[in-house]
Amino acid sequence: MTSPMYILRSPNIAARRIGGELMLMASSNASLYSLNDTAALLWDAADGNTPLDVIVGTLCAQFDVSQDVAYTDACEVVEQLAANGILQLSHAPFQTEGSTS
Amino acid sequence: MNLMQGMSERALEQGIPMRVHLDLTYRCNERCVHCYLDHEDHGEMTTAEILDLLDQLAAAGTFFLSISGGEIFMRQDLFQILEYARDLRFSVQLKTNAVMIRAAKAKRLAQLGLDQVQISLYSHIPETHDAITLLPGSHARTLEGARLLIEHGVKVRFACVLMSHNADDYHGVRALAQTMGAAFSMDATITPMMDGDRSILSLNVNQDRLAEVFRDQSLLGEEAEAMTTAPMAPASKEDAQLSLPCSAGHTACYVSPYGEVFPCVQFPYLTGNIRKQRFVDIWQHSPQLQEVRAIRVSDLEGCSSCIHSSNCTRCPGLAYLEGNMRGPSIQDCEKSYARTGVASYNLQKKKLRTIPMAVL
Repeated sequence: MTSPMYILRSPNIAARRIGGELMLMASSNASLYSLNDTAALLWDAADGNTPLDVIVGTLCAQFDVSQDVAYTDACEVVEQLAANGILQLSHAPFQTEGSTS
Repeated sequence: MNLMQGMSERALEQGIPMRVHLDLTYRCNERCVHCYLDHEDHGEMTTAEILDLLDQLAAAGTFFLSISGGEIFMRQDLFQILEYARDLRFSVQLKTNAVMIRAAKAKRLAQLGLDQVQISLYSHIPETHDAITLLPGSHARTLEGARLLIEHGVKVRFACVLMSHNADDYHGVRALAQTMGAAFSMDATITPMMDGDRSILSLNVNQDRLAEVFRDQSLLGEEAEAMTTAPMAPASKEDAQLSLPCSAGHTACYVSPYGEVFPCVQFPYLTGNIRKQRFVDIWQHSPQLQEVRAIRVSDLEGCSSCIHSSNCTRCPGLAYLEGNMRGPSIQDCEKSYARTGVASYNLQKKKLRTIPMAVL
């Protein structure tokens, strides 16, 4: 069994929805990103404490997608976002403000 | 169209105040000879009022937040404000003289993930810089603050306002920026005092020197030809009817330390006060902002038929300060002339007016 994956929004990212589109800017290199709907949902849910499979499960319930396919796609998306410094990934929950662990 | 252009267009279409310049205070530890502020505290917004304003701006869709003054480090609550702004995920740029930045502050700023810290630096020569700021030793302290920021990984930009005192020094500041790993920008605009006093405009570099600066190939690089070539014809009537004078009041605005909302920091046309109304109500319903938004290049006196109209950098705020927001900004006409050697429509008109009657 694979260990759960946790995702957290990187602290050095600026973000705002401009006309319905989620725009992000990395302070490190001033790169601007536009996230598609799936990536934006993952960004919104990336609290550092909810396992990715639980996030995907919640999204599947909303969008009528099979859990396995959605989880594979989500892993690909979060890895791309992590490669660009937008999300942080871990196999343990992040110590964030308000987390109990 | 790149992402930034796409975002700006969406903001314009949907009336989103994408860029906000917020001055936290007009107090300052320097007394720069060209400064347009009065350096007094006439009742600055409290910490709670500023945090509430940040909530309102985030809800309104503001992405780029420029935090400036006065000197921002005169506010004891600066870090509380910055941390709150970053928690709200604004892209934050600071403007400071860096005199009060020491290692601990630099480290704390580095942890905030700021977009950039812009530092005013007037010369590479300490005596010249200090003669402008009127604060002895400010040059050394500013450079030390900049060095600490860069050392902690903060992106720094040296902003050099050009005036008669330092007209020859921009090369030196640029070289210094390069050596230290900072970006560099230069501006030859001296803004009239907020109370309308225009006496500080006498500090502007003269026209001949301005022409040399604006045609300096080392500054213009690949854009040299495009920037210095005189335009062939004015913008078409259709373009002039569609073109906006600038983003002030459309996707950008300025909030003073007292909660007053203006189209831009250089455009002191009061549109409301967040102490009396919600920001979004001012932004969406202020008659003054509606008035600013209704102006098109085709409405501008003389400008619409001017040969420079297709690439003019006319500032509506400077025009307002010259007496008419639908009129020319002669300061910008002079820049177009310095750049290209071709007088604008309004500059020619002004010069005709100033020819003595006896000559006519």
